[in-house]
Order: sequence, then C-alpha cells, then structure tokens
Amino acid sequence: MTHQFPALSPEKKKELADIAQKIVATGKGILAADESTGTMAKRLQKINVENTEENRRFYRDILFSSDPSIANSIGGVIFFHETLYQKSDSGKLFPQLIKEKGIVVGIKVDKGTAALAGTDGETTTQGLDGLSERCAQYKKDGCDFAKWRCVLKISGSCPSALAIAENANVLARYASICQQNGLVPIVEPEILPDGDHDLQRCQYVTEKVLAAVYKALSDHHVYLEGTLLKPNMVTAGHSCTKKYTPEDVALATVMTLRRTVPSAVPGICFLSGGQSEEEASLNLNAINQVALCRPWKLTFSYGRALQASALSAWMGKAANKAAAQQVFCQRAKINGLASKGEYKPAATADKASMKSLYTASYVY
Amino acid sequence: MTHQYPALNAEQKKELQDIALRIVAAGKGILAADESTGSMAKRLNPIGVENTEENRRRYRQLLFTADERIDSCIGGVIFFHETLYQKTDDGVPFAKLIKDRGIVVGIKVDKGVVPLAGTNGETTTQGLDGLSERCAQYKKDGADFAKWRSVLKISETTPSELAIMENANVLARYASICQQNGIVPIVEPEILPDGDHDLKRCQYVTEKVLAAVYKALSDHHVYLEGTLLKPNMVTAGHSCPTKFSSEEIAMATVTALRRTVPPAVTGVTFLSGGQSEEEASVNLNSINTCPLLKPWALTFSYGRALQASALNAWKGELSNEKAATEEFIKRAEANSKAALGKYKSSGDSGAASKSLYVANHAY
Repeated sequence: MTHQFPALSPEKKKELADIAQKIVATGKGILAADESTGTMAKRLQKINVENTEENRRFYRDILFSSDPSIANSIGGVIFFHETLYQKSDSGKLFPQLIKEKGIVVGIKVDKGTAALAGTDGETTTQGLDGLSERCAQYKKDGCDFAKWRCVLKISGSCPSALAIAENANVLARYASICQQNGLVPIVEPEILPDGDHDLQRCQYVTEKVLAAVYKALSDHHVYLEGTLLKPNMVTAGHSCTKKYTPEDVALATVMTLRRTVPSAVPGICFLSGGQSEEEASLNLNAINQVALCRPWKLTFSYGRALQASALSAWMGKAANKAAAQQVFCQRAKINGLASKGEYKPAATADKASMKSLYTASYVY
Repeated sequence: MTHQYPALNAEQKKELQDIALRIVAAGKGILAADESTGSMAKRLNPIGVENTEENRRRYRQLLFTADERIDSCIGGVIFFHETLYQKTDDGVPFAKLIKDRGIVVGIKVDKGVVPLAGTNGETTTQGLDGLSERCAQYKKDGADFAKWRSVLKISETTPSELAIMENANVLARYASICQQNGIVPIVEPEILPDGDHDLKRCQYVTEKVLAAVYKALSDHHVYLEGTLLKPNMVTAGHSCPTKFSSEEIAMATVTALRRTVPPAVTGVTFLSGGQSEEEASVNLNSINTCPLLKPWALTFSYGRALQASALNAWKGELSNEKAATEEFIKRAEANSKAALGKYKSSGDSGAASKSLYVANHAY
C-alpha cells in the first residue's frame, strides 16, 4: 500500500488522456451502436426486419456513412465485435469509415451478466478471461476505447452490499486491463430504472454505488484521467407515481456526481435507459444548465435514444436510407447541443421522439 | 445499503453548508490557534516564556485583537478547549470577540494519538467517547466547526492498510457526530513530511489515503457539502535530497486532490506542516495558480506558518504586543492573497523563511 509500482508510463498516460478528451470534446458525445446480436433481434423485430448479418450490416452502414458533419456531435462510436469487422457498401471497413471522420472507435468487451448466487436475482458481469489479449487485438484493429456494462437494481432488498462490491471490483479489473493495452475504459455501473422508488432513493443508491466504484478504481491503480464514466441519470423508478421535471432529474444527477466523481475524470457520458429520444435530450440539456460547478464534461452515450427514430424511418427499406440518416443526424445534433446546455426544443417535438423506450428489466 | 435513513434534514444541511462556505469565502482561511497546552510549551520555550495559563491567554489575545485588516483574511479560528473559555483583559470572552467580528469559531475535539498495536509505530486518534455531548456544548458556547487530526507517516512499511483504514474510519465517525450537532467537521488526515521519500511517493500515498477517507465518509453518510478537508500539501520528505519547486508541489497536490476529493467538498484548507511562513504562502499561491480545474476553495489552515514571526516578535513582553500583532496581520494578509493566487513573494529571507520543521511533529 505504501510503494508505487507505476501501472502506466507518462507516455501511456498521455495517450489515454488524449483519447478520452477527444471523445468528450465540447459538443460531442457517443453513439452506442454496440447492440449484441440478441439485442439487435429486438430492435429489428419491432420494424419487422429479419435479424440477419446483412441486415445488421446494412443498418449500421446507414448510421456510419452519414454526412461527415456528424463528427461535430459524435466523438466516439461503440461497436459490437461483429460490426468491427463488417464493411460499408463502399467496401471500407466500418472502423476505418468512422476514424476517417475523426471519430474515435470503441468496442464493447464484456460478455454479459452472470448470476450472483445467494442474492435476490442480482448479477455481476463476466468477460475478464483473456481480456488483455482481446484488448491488444482490438487496439490493433483500430479501437481506442472500450465499454463494459454492470447492472444493479433497486428493490426492497437491492442492491446488496455484495452486488455493489462485486460489480465495482469487476469494473476496476476491466478498467485496469484496458489501460494496459492503450484502451480508454468506459466504466458503466447501470442502476436500472425498474421499480416504484422515488428520485431520492435513486440518488441515494447511485451515490453509494459510485462511491464504491471510485474506491475500487483507486485500489486497482486505475488512471482516472484516462477513463470515462457511463452512469444512469438519477431518476425515479418507472412505476413511481410521482412525476419529476428535467430540472429535478438534473439537480439530483449533478449533486450525486459532485459527491462521488473526482474532477480528474474527464467526462461523464450518460446512458439513456428507457428514456424517449426527446426526454434523453431534455434531461441532458437540463443537466448542463445546473448552476453548480461541474468539473467534468456531461454528455451522452446513447443507443436507443439516438437510433429509435432512425430505425422507424428505415423500416428495412433501402429506399429509406437517406431519410433514416437525416433523422439520425438530427438527433445527434440535438444531443450535441444538449451537451452544451444549448438545446431549445421546438414547440412541436415529433411524436416518435417522445415515445418511451422503456422495457422492463432491460438486458442487452 | 439500499434504503436511506436521512442523517440530516434540509435545514441542518443548509446550516452546515453555509458555515463551511463562510469559513472559506474568497480570500479567507483559518487561523489554527488550537495548540494544546503541551504544544504551547514547545512554542513558548524557544522564546523564553513560561508556559502558564496567563501567558497562553495573553498570547492568544494579541492574535484575536488584531485590527479589522484580518476580517477579510480570516474566515475561522480553531480554538483549544482552554482558550474557548478565556477572556480578554476587558473581560470579553474570546469566542464572543471572534464571533462578533464575523469570524467563525472552531474547536479542536480530538484527544491525541494512540498506538496501533502490531504496526510499525503507527497511530490512530482518540476522542470519540462522549463526543456528541461535547459537540452539543461547544455549539452552545459559540463553536460552529471542529477539527480532528489523524496522523500517518511514510516509511518503507508505512502507512499500512490498517493505519489508513482505521484513521479514515475514525475521521468519518467524528465527522458524522459533528454534523448531528450542527458543527462542520474539518477532516484532517495528515501525512507527516518526515522521511527521505520523493514527491511522487508522497503523491501516491496521499491519493490512497484520501480515497480511503472519502469512501469512509460515504459509508458513514457524511454530508460532504458540510465538511472541509485539511490535508498536507504533497511534498517530498524533509530528508529527500531532491528539491522541488513550488510549481511542482502545486501540480502534485492539485492532481492528487482532483483524483480523490469530490467536487461537493466545500473547501480544502491546507496544513502547513514544517514549512516556513514564506514557503507556506508561496506554495498556497502556486496551488491557486495551477492551471488545472479546481472545483473547491483552496486555502490555508495554518498554525506555525501564521504565528512564528508573531511569537518571535513578542518574546513575552508587553511592550512587544503591537509589533507581534503586526507580524500576524502581515502573514494573514499574505496568505489571503495566496488563497486568491495573487501573492508576490518579497523574496526576503528573514524569520518568514526559517523552516519550522520539527521531526515527528506531534501537537
């Protein structure tokens, strides 16, 4: 505990810090396009599209071959393994297409949740085996950051001390291994919005979870300036009878982060959970207007909240490609503004963007 | 772990945060005048003054009666128990004198260090017994903040995990009890400057210690906005052959804090350790001009580094009192500027530059 055996050289630290800063450059956030094959099934089923490798490739191509100006709002894209090795219609590998636009390429590296025996349905996340070798390969194949999702839930008995400690620890191991291989780890301790708990309860649990996460990162000698955090916003549970405004959500969220996340962390990229596209943008915007010192970037790492309208516009038809790209670019632009607190919603936000994307007990 | 049983209501939280903000208002810091009777012996001996209750009273009086120039420099004064109940020559209680001039009154509440058996000379700090009742009384008697000092040291084998964990825990218990009684806790996990370790080692240890402190504060449900931190600056050990500039000290210190101290903490009030008066001001200034984002106030809670020249000028003589008070005011103004990053060292190497390092310092 008393002697340092430096985990990273100054050059390695600089590389990691630079990558992290690039991803969360002002006005930019992350497109989470890392839906697993199983999760893509759920997306495509909703628009009556068959879940084939080609359809998945075609769909991601719509997003990734958007106008280069998308790079004004998107600093990073998270890939699923399969997608990293797929190509655009133009024949270019997707990572190359993204990188050429000046956007950083990321990769989901966890292998899903696994049950914690003796708990009330709680989980940890697996994927540490051979992770170092996998990271080294991903780095060669164009990735500069990674993502790992842990899941906690709020109920009468959850999250338990074990779930908090175990997930914090596994996140720290993952983060440490990534950094050894030049990948910036995005640390995602998601607390699900399922339940009827109120805003205060979510705030309390989020504070405890994040305190444990940052203690674990310290214990594992993780270089904070070369990490990003992907937390839930602090919201009431989905079945909570009390309703809260974006300002309520924003204040609770910022207060929680101020109490737990060291300023050395360059950026916090919120997950959207089950929020609608518009909700996710309004909340992010309100967060960036909270009148408290916010020493980290506060931006987005959205999956559904960036893609829902694009999927609906596409409907599996090649002829709809341009229209799908247009709505996607529009959401990206809006969230880019929201990450600066500059989003002014039009009086008539379109219906599709307001539709809640909540699915009970959400699993990728 | 999953349900909250709120430790404080909204009004209590607001009161605590307001007190903390007042103490570290822009350009203000803390006068640590809480030297125990034993420590006062070490102060008064070198200037040939007998360590009597009256001499201690006279000495504190010349600090507390400084003119209005200190009102914009001093946000809080930490008292020792005896001093809290002493009075000026005119019969005005010191606590009232300080409070009436808009300076927050604080009280040292720990009862000194005790050994941790099985370690290499490490300690924890005692004072939790009956602390709640003591705090309640101090609050009635005018105190709005408290101070508790834990001590760690760097050597080949220290600080051990036990020392880090035990001191973090006892600091968190103390903080929790203070807040229950409307008292802002200053949390002081001092890592001594003794040793020949370099700047990096101190930074590493400081980061580990502070991470443990803030985890403990979270575990004990302490309201961070209603606390202050009193850490050591990150410096090399006193016997380290390499010398480091104040900019290096500042960068190491601010980096360590950015990695461990949540932005919600209202202020960081550095201890001066064995630094000379001038060193302590110059280093604080560099900290405040460090180009990294610093979300908390960064100011001073100095004992020796505010009082050394004053003591030397006084030497126990009535006729020297005015001169002694002037020396104190000078250092208060210098540190006020340093807390704003506006201090320009005069470069004079008089008494102000003399190192105040005493090996293995215990109050």
